[in-house]
Amino acid sequence: MKNRPTVGEILQAKGVSRRGFLKYCATTASILALPPSMIPRIAAAIENTRRPSVIWLSFQECTGCTESLTRSAAPTVEGLIFDAISLDYHHTLQAAAGEQAEAARHAAMEENDGGYLVLVDGSIPLGNPGFSTIAGISNVEMLKETVAGAAAVVAIGSCAAFGGIPGADPNPTGAVSVMDLVKDKPVINVPGCPPIPMVMTAVLTHFLTFGTIPDLDKHGRPMTFFGTTIHDRCYRRPFYEQGKFAKTFDDEGAKAGWCLFKLGCKGPTTYNACATTKWNSGTSFPIEAGHPCLGCSEPNFWDRGGFYEPLSTGHFGSGEKLAGAAVAGVALGVAAAAAGRRRQAKFTGEG
Amino acid sequence: MDLLEFAKGPALQVAAYILVAGSIWRFVGIMLLKEKPDYSEPRKSAGILAALKVIYTRSFSAAPFKRATMYPKMMAYVMHIGLFAVVFLFVPHIMFFEGFLGFEWPGLPNSVIFFLAVAAVVSGIALLVRRLTNPVLRLISNFDDYFSWLVTILPFVTGLMIPVRMGVRYETLLAIHILSVALLMIWLPFGKLGHTFLVFITRGTTGMVFERKGAKT
Repeated sequence: MKNRPTVGEILQAKGVSRRGFLKYCATTASILALPPSMIPRIAAAIENTRRPSVIWLSFQECTGCTESLTRSAAPTVEGLIFDAISLDYHHTLQAAAGEQAEAARHAAMEENDGGYLVLVDGSIPLGNPGFSTIAGISNVEMLKETVAGAAAVVAIGSCAAFGGIPGADPNPTGAVSVMDLVKDKPVINVPGCPPIPMVMTAVLTHFLTFGTIPDLDKHGRPMTFFGTTIHDRCYRRPFYEQGKFAKTFDDEGAKAGWCLFKLGCKGPTTYNACATTKWNSGTSFPIEAGHPCLGCSEPNFWDRGGFYEPLSTGHFGSGEKLAGAAVAGVALGVAAAAAGRRRQAKFTGEG
Repeated sequence: MDLLEFAKGPALQVAAYILVAGSIWRFVGIMLLKEKPDYSEPRKSAGILAALKVIYTRSFSAAPFKRATMYPKMMAYVMHIGLFAVVFLFVPHIMFFEGFLGFEWPGLPNSVIFFLAVAAVVSGIALLVRRLTNPVLRLISNFDDYFSWLVTILPFVTGLMIPVRMGVRYETLLAIHILSVALLMIWLPFGKLGHTFLVFITRGTTGMVFERKGAKT
């Protein structure tokens, strides 16, 4: 690790200007809700930090999280920052395969013992070790082995953070999240299906700058990005307040950009930075594209009722049970009336 | 299962079963009661028109009591209008009803609903203060009066807290709001809140009895 160039040196070699670099630091300070006085510290930390070793483990996942990182429209400064970390193991992106790849992982673990970061995407199946293996090693075994010497673990995406789609009912593989298994290391959850690239890089920047993990919410997510709901920051919020809702995907309300609450938007109960940080270099986010938020950064989002069912929908159970309650009511009423009639007859002396 | 899932699922289900069974129990129990034997000649025929007349006239204070009942009557009207508007004209609530009725109706902007909800809470508090400070009212009030007031006001207060937030998470407040509504649904058939579905039946019955006796209605 000592021989590795610093991040600053790498950025300079990549042609990133001083202005561009400071702009990135200012943006990072801003999205991390840090005061402007912290910008020089962030810049110094990033410039002088040796390339930190990162081991990326992909388990039961769809590679969407990696796609999210790599499919940015243009090379961005945060993309270059990612180039500047030493991604020593990532079986989707690395050229090496098989034993060579595993050797690279072991080498990174040995060289950087106690100081490397482990990024995990995908959930871990406990139902049967054979459900998901890499180089013949089960996911749970690889996670435990790799995390043992790590400084911290970042669970990338909702599968790693909460079990995600593999963990959805009936959870056929017995999928669990990283935090279900890792108890002795700091775990930062960066959920989303997939997560926002800027959020991933900002979390890493925070770790590089301060050497600590950011403030987390009750689900282990950085408060900076997951502290407010999408609804609270949504540009369609005024339509919600006015009671103007799109009722179908192609009605006049949808064309006018009205609120998507009625189409099942989970923005009010979803904590993420989509509405502010956005996607594809700040182009838009799902709601801006006309689709309701699915709540993908929340635990068990797949099992929380229909995606297109409004949040205000109640679940009354089956019609049969309600009809049963009505029949029970009639029976009780008849019995009560019969008792009442007997009492009446007793008082009036009528038989 | 988190609190919101519990509130929207099992809690609302149980509350709905109790509301349906309890309301029908009370309604059928009352409707099947035997009428008192009437040995006198009716002064007037006690038809449905007599019932409708009293349903209408009892909506306002009688002239001699107008002054004395103006304040509570006004407060009660504000509270009931607010209650109606908040329950049936707030768009997310309309969506809630649409979920099981299958049709919708136009709603009001949130700001209007917010104003009416605050007005309803203020008038509700005013009515409670009157109940507590008026010696006669206090004497005739029992647990039912106070508990019915509480379960009616709670959904307003918990609902108003949702946009205000006060540092509490949206889904927690929404769950608390739904649970407070479930409590209202559970209590509604059994206490004085039964007037929700009995008010016009009792008032109409009074009208028909009075008409029969020849009383001025």
